[in-house]
Amino acid sequence: MSGHSTFEPKHPALKWFESRLPLVGLLHSSFVSYPTPRNLNYWWTFGGILSLMLVCQIATGVVLVMHYTPHASMAFDSVEHIMRDVSYGWLLRYMHANGASMFFIAVYIHMFRGLYYGSYKAPREVLWILGCIIYLLMMATAFMGYVLPWGQMSFWGATVITNLFSAFPVVGPTIVEWLWGGFSVDNATLNRFFSLHYLLPFMIAGVVVLHVWALHVVGQNNPTGVEPKSDKDTVPFTPYATIKDGFGMVCFLIFFAWFLFYIPNYLGHADNYIPANPLVTPAHIVPEWYYLPFYAMLRAVPSKLGGVLTMFSAIIVLFFVPWLDTSKVRSGRYRPLFKQFFWIWIAVCIGLGWLGSKPAEGGYVIAGRILTVWYFAHFLIVLPLLGLFEKPKAVPASITEAVLGKNKGGAPASAGVSAPQTKG
Amino acid sequence: MSTTMSFRSFLLRPLAACALVIGIGFAPALAAEGAPHPPREDWSFAGPFGKYDRAQLQRGFQVFKEVCASCHSAHLLAFRNLAQPGGPEFSEAQAKAVAEGYQVQDGPNDAGDMFDRPGRLSDRWPSPFPNEQAARASNGGAYPPDFSTLAKARTYEVGFPGFLIDILLQYQEQGPDYIHALLNGYKDPPEGFSLPEGAHYNEFFPGHAIKMPQPISEGQVTYSDGSPETVEQYSHDVTAFMMWVAEPHLEARKRLGFQVMIFLIIFAGLLYFTKKKVWKSVEH
Repeated sequence: MSGHSTFEPKHPALKWFESRLPLVGLLHSSFVSYPTPRNLNYWWTFGGILSLMLVCQIATGVVLVMHYTPHASMAFDSVEHIMRDVSYGWLLRYMHANGASMFFIAVYIHMFRGLYYGSYKAPREVLWILGCIIYLLMMATAFMGYVLPWGQMSFWGATVITNLFSAFPVVGPTIVEWLWGGFSVDNATLNRFFSLHYLLPFMIAGVVVLHVWALHVVGQNNPTGVEPKSDKDTVPFTPYATIKDGFGMVCFLIFFAWFLFYIPNYLGHADNYIPANPLVTPAHIVPEWYYLPFYAMLRAVPSKLGGVLTMFSAIIVLFFVPWLDTSKVRSGRYRPLFKQFFWIWIAVCIGLGWLGSKPAEGGYVIAGRILTVWYFAHFLIVLPLLGLFEKPKAVPASITEAVLGKNKGGAPASAGVSAPQTKG
Repeated sequence: MSTTMSFRSFLLRPLAACALVIGIGFAPALAAEGAPHPPREDWSFAGPFGKYDRAQLQRGFQVFKEVCASCHSAHLLAFRNLAQPGGPEFSEAQAKAVAEGYQVQDGPNDAGDMFDRPGRLSDRWPSPFPNEQAARASNGGAYPPDFSTLAKARTYEVGFPGFLIDILLQYQEQGPDYIHALLNGYKDPPEGFSLPEGAHYNEFFPGHAIKMPQPISEGQVTYSDGSPETVEQYSHDVTAFMMWVAEPHLEARKRLGFQVMIFLIIFAGLLYFTKKKVWKSVEH
């Protein structure tokens, strides 16, 4: 898709350099001349927003590390030292803590967009799987990051999550001791989590490079799900996508700034302002909001091992979506039934998130079970069957046709392809 | 301050009305959580232009020093903080005088001995007990929590849909509201409530049995600025002070936030029109 670079260096020094390492040409073909579908909507700006958030997290994190002390008896006070005594330390720390949540908001929107428009379908399976790997790494990174302030939720969250591994037969207890570096969550645990929390973001950055590379090989999907067929269907990345992404990013930053400057503790938990105390268990141990759906699934299953396996399967199943979805039509826009099931599934995810924040008792658990079953049924039953039984709407012949059709009559483009007509 | 309040009430009225209407359906679920919701107080530091009230922080400090500090520590509070911008803003001489009123252990000296000396601005607030065990021993087994982050470490569950509306209202005062309610929440236990030995009944404390006796009573602290010497006033003042101790850079944060918001909104507007111009000839 990206083709060869049209970049022609003019300056002799740049010519000399390009003939030895075509770096500027690579950047030019990736971010300037790269053809991007002309019909991308604002849901497509979240890739850029995520890159921005990754850079923001790494930049603030690197500075925070200069002032933070990873020791069980000093970590809490060193975070407070950042909040009180370091110049703009409060800004760095709140930016990093809220930035993690913003990162997840953006990644969820990005994933939902991919699921809606069928961006995982051939030839984008590897692109999708790399994205799933990034998501897994993000979860691990964020979990270990939340442990570092060594507040009550840090400590007890770490205790609950690491204890999950004890569910595995035979090797479980050994794995848990190995994770802890001892016989309970303690200084050794904090130290290794700190080390990994610093390492994993750079691994994320590495997989992001692969993700972008894969994207530039297969090209971007678009709201119609129809591959670009001629030059008319695409526009150069710069200025078209750059300016649109830029506007999307700044709007997202306004949303971010609202939390960062005005309600910086809204997304956190008050208990984490109490220093970690192994002798006092908080009334409700609740993970960060972005784990809540998985936490609800964990507690929906009566057996510990079953719960752990269910929780991990909920993410593993995402890796197989390209093959579970049997539909020939890529975009949800032309799939009337899929569209409905998609929004039901979104509601199920939000419902699971809400249940994850509730105590595991009574009706909450029953609701959690129903929604967990639905979550998996969506992937394992609905997606495979829909492809066989659903009658998709007519798909436009090309992106250009879809765009011009929309702007002329406001009605969806219908001409061109002999796809089966739908009723209603 | 008036801008803050008018902005809040501008948002509050219609939204609160909505919350009330929708909230009726959820009332049983909320009641099941236990303690009643603390009433939402008017805090000068709430809202996008919130600032601490200097006089209130100074009065709050007086309450803390004369009453709370005999049991509660605030080990992250330094004497120098009392004179820093965005806080009670005592003069440096006043803060120094406060520090010198305390004996702080220092050392070892050249002879290898620890010694006591008057406090300095750089010293942290001396804790009333040498360790947690000593604090528990003197307080019937309960540990009076440290004040350093306490105002941010307390909350109550708002419930659906209020927690979403709170994003728009920028409500971030759960801690102060809870602490204020707690200080005013001492009551006689209702019929049939079995109060454990050495505990006191408090309407807002989770489980209602709190070890701390009613900490302050009318007229206990003498204000020099003529403010009413009531529990209501004391609790407001000391809660505001606790919020400042927990969040000393709140004013700087909100000030910078406003500047950043203005910049981002203008920048977004410019980008939007640039984007429109760039895409003008391309139907999409």
